Amino acid sequence: MEFLLQPLTLLTFFPLLGVLVLLFIPSDNKSALRWTALVTTLVTFGISIWVLTQFDASNVNLQLAAQYDWITVAGWNIQYYLGIDGLSILLVLLTAFLTPISILSTWTAVEDRVKVFMIFFLLLEVGMTGVFLAQDLFLFYIFWEFTLVPMYFLIGIWGGPRRIYAAIKFFLYTMAGSVLMLLAILWLGIYGGTFSVPELIQQGNIPANIQWWLFFAFAAAFAIKVPMWPLHSWLPDAHVEAPTAGSVILAGVLLKMGTYGFLRFNLPLFPEAAVRAAPWIALLATIGILYGAMVSYAQSDVKKLVAYSSVSHLGFVMLGLFAMNPQGVAGAILQMINHGLSTGALFLLVGMIYEQTHTREIKVYGGLWKITPVFGSIMLIVSLSSMGLPGLNGFVGEFTILLGAFGSQAIGNTAYAILSALGVIMAAVYILYMFQKMFLGPQGEIVDEVKKHGHALRDLNWREIVTVLPLLVFIFWIGLYPKPFFALMAPAVENLVKMLPLP
Amino acid sequence: MTLSYTEFEVIGPYALLTIWACILLLIDLFIPRGQKWVTALLSAVGLAVTLGFTLTQVGLEREGFNKMVVVDGFSTFINALLLVSGLLGVALAYGYVKRMGLERGEYYTLLLFSVTGMMLMAQAADLIVVFLALELLSIPLYVLAAFNRPKTESEEAGLKYFLLGAFATGFVVYGTALVFGATGHTNLSSIVAYASTGTSGLLLTIGAALILVGFGFKVAAVPFHMWTPDVYQGAPSAVTAFMSSGAKIAGFAALLRVFSTAFPTLAAYMTDILWALAAVTMILGNFIAISQTNIKRLLAYSSIAHAGYILMAFVPYGNPEVRNVSIAAGLFYLVAYAVTNFGAWGVVIALEKAENKGLEIADYAGLGRKYPALAAAMTVFMLSLIGFPPTLGMVGKFYLFRAVLTGGYVWLAIIGVLTSLVSAYYYLRVVVTMYMKDGEPVTERETWLSITTGATAILTVVVSLAPQSLFSWAKDALLKLF
Repeated sequence: MEFLLQPLTLLTFFPLLGVLVLLFIPSDNKSALRWTALVTTLVTFGISIWVLTQFDASNVNLQLAAQYDWITVAGWNIQYYLGIDGLSILLVLLTAFLTPISILSTWTAVEDRVKVFMIFFLLLEVGMTGVFLAQDLFLFYIFWEFTLVPMYFLIGIWGGPRRIYAAIKFFLYTMAGSVLMLLAILWLGIYGGTFSVPELIQQGNIPANIQWWLFFAFAAAFAIKVPMWPLHSWLPDAHVEAPTAGSVILAGVLLKMGTYGFLRFNLPLFPEAAVRAAPWIALLATIGILYGAMVSYAQSDVKKLVAYSSVSHLGFVMLGLFAMNPQGVAGAILQMINHGLSTGALFLLVGMIYEQTHTREIKVYGGLWKITPVFGSIMLIVSLSSMGLPGLNGFVGEFTILLGAFGSQAIGNTAYAILSALGVIMAAVYILYMFQKMFLGPQGEIVDEVKKHGHALRDLNWREIVTVLPLLVFIFWIGLYPKPFFALMAPAVENLVKMLPLP
Repeated sequence: MTLSYTEFEVIGPYALLTIWACILLLIDLFIPRGQKWVTALLSAVGLAVTLGFTLTQVGLEREGFNKMVVVDGFSTFINALLLVSGLLGVALAYGYVKRMGLERGEYYTLLLFSVTGMMLMAQAADLIVVFLALELLSIPLYVLAAFNRPKTESEEAGLKYFLLGAFATGFVVYGTALVFGATGHTNLSSIVAYASTGTSGLLLTIGAALILVGFGFKVAAVPFHMWTPDVYQGAPSAVTAFMSSGAKIAGFAALLRVFSTAFPTLAAYMTDILWALAAVTMILGNFIAISQTNIKRLLAYSSIAHAGYILMAFVPYGNPEVRNVSIAAGLFYLVAYAVTNFGAWGVVIALEKAENKGLEIADYAGLGRKYPALAAAMTVFMLSLIGFPPTLGMVGKFYLFRAVLTGGYVWLAIIGVLTSLVSAYYYLRVVVTMYMKDGEPVTERETWLSITTGATAILTVVVSLAPQSLFSWAKDALLKLF
């Protein structure tokens, strides 16, 4: 019982209780299935708030740790070890926050096999929370790989026309990275005699040349997940084909698992290698920022546009992380949250209009603001947040990151920061282009097209507004008063940066 | 000659099962056609009792019959696994043989005899006994493979298996003869005693290599794998299920014991050969599996690929520091493979219809919607074969790769993980078909079949989350070295 009542254990595995309940609800009772899933995830969110109240930001160590021996025979030393600190708390909260929102977005969008959908969604939440909390490499690997399975089904069963291709591509790409990480994890386990991350960091005597290889193996797994240019090609496929809720979680949380991996493992476990790699990663990140933005502009499918914008935004996160100074890293963490909120909201909104029109071609839309004013206004706020307008959340994150990158010793060249700043302008170009084409100007052909089928385009209904409203609250909150968010992570970030042997 | 108590202990479980099988052969004559469930039940009881007997011997280390047969932690572990495989084999066959019109009593007795051969194989400490055991395990399997006579596929499978099996046995015998020529002994402990004086040379190496070839056939390692897909496809599915696990376990048991005990002095040559064998088997098995459309052939190539993974555990056999770790890893992987493999074949049997219908992967379309439990079980097995959490296959690979890395074979481990990635592609295709394509599959509902697939699926997940006791048992299953 003591084991189960640990706050972090409860937070991670509570959705399993929902899965258990779902199994006993008949498949045709769709509203019971939906409500069960929603209530489960809301309670999980409640637990995460409880964890937040227990959390002491000034303490740089892992807190609320649940640590038990798991497999300790035959030379194995594997622990069940969950813990939370300033680096992960915001991501854990984001996960718990976005999951109920995603479930709410499926209320009318998913009609087929609702039961299985909800089960996979709850399993996915278990995996994601576990990834952010696990402090033992074996446990981490299990959660990390496990998240693939439900997501694979979500894309493959409920996705668009090319869903099977997208699902398999997503699975294989991600697995390709993680198999190398598996070997690196095993190597660390053999070398250090433990899989516990804090212990391995403390030992910290891995020879520099081996660090390089291990860094590479971990980075392969995380860079594919982020995704960093040039490993991003799975992302547009997966995003476009995934159902809306899947896209929200994919962009909102799953991609952050990659950046979080760099933050949690690559930087502290292999500090020398990380410092050596920083300029290269900064280069790739900068290319990603510019490339993502340019390709985004070229898209005719609005979901693809948002998908490529993720490549660009996560480039900023990577740039901030490898700036290796407090501003850069803190900005990166905040930007992970920001991207989760803004891009999550964008995918939700795109999903809402798609549900009515069944097309995502930008060119068939136009003049939507007049017809659907609430939808248009919300879209405008979210778009501006995504492109980094001051006063909204995106600006705070990107500004801090650029500040960090500019003064970064590790990157050692201000050119990256300057080029990346161009990315902010380019974001304005593709986002405003999208907004203009879809919401302003003459009425698009889709309006009449929809009318032909007997019902006019409607504005957002209450459920849909409730779905996006929480996101809007945070978009403004972080934009206007980010201090409490920075306060949560600042000590942990300072502590991490201190460990890095900067040149 | 009189039997001492020690000798009774050494062959106790083995003798019990052999006698039981002989008696069952007689009893079966009096069981009327249509009542053959009695034979099935009796053979299951025999296996279960023998399993109980075997389990009382955990920790026992004895040798008997002039050191020709031994019992040690290793053999007890393997025997227990073989007996469980036998039980699963009976459970899978029970409804299947009835449905396919193959219900003849000798099915179960042949299966029992094959298990006895496999058990003897795990206990053999003399090349002559290894040869005897090899024949004892193989001949019933040849017959079982052709059990669906006069279906041409089944007859072809039986004949092919017999011819290539005989060929393989020839290699083992020839190798044994050369080893005897080089050292003057067939007993494993005497061979190593002689070999370590350093006077044996080339003849011994060739002999050992020939023995390796023979066993390479049995465990379906590339390039000795040619028979596998045809035999696995042609033989009745219940036979294939048993054969693919049982014969592999026994083959690896013998390989491990013979090489670790008798040929540690040859490790310098053998390690490279084993390295290459493992690598080629993993690569070829997995790549050819990609193009398969028949589920039986797919699982056959998967079986070849897994032989490669298990072979990795052998590579450091001459290194005393790593050997125990890697043997334990190999044993654990064998358990993981056996459990998963039986489950997967259980699903295949559930979908198979008469006249070889229902065996294409395309026939699995729509399974996820219509039979969610069966599809979920198959998903678990496929994930386990890939090595994905939370399944036994993942823990097994973790253990195995750790052993390989401990031995310092980083590139082999890299080949191993990359081929696992390749395997994900074809295993996932089964999952894709089940969940993402529409169809109207029809399955057979048989109590024992459902129990077997259900139990193996649950075991695959649960044991992967709590592998502690199985780990420690595998670790203690040490080879007794002389």
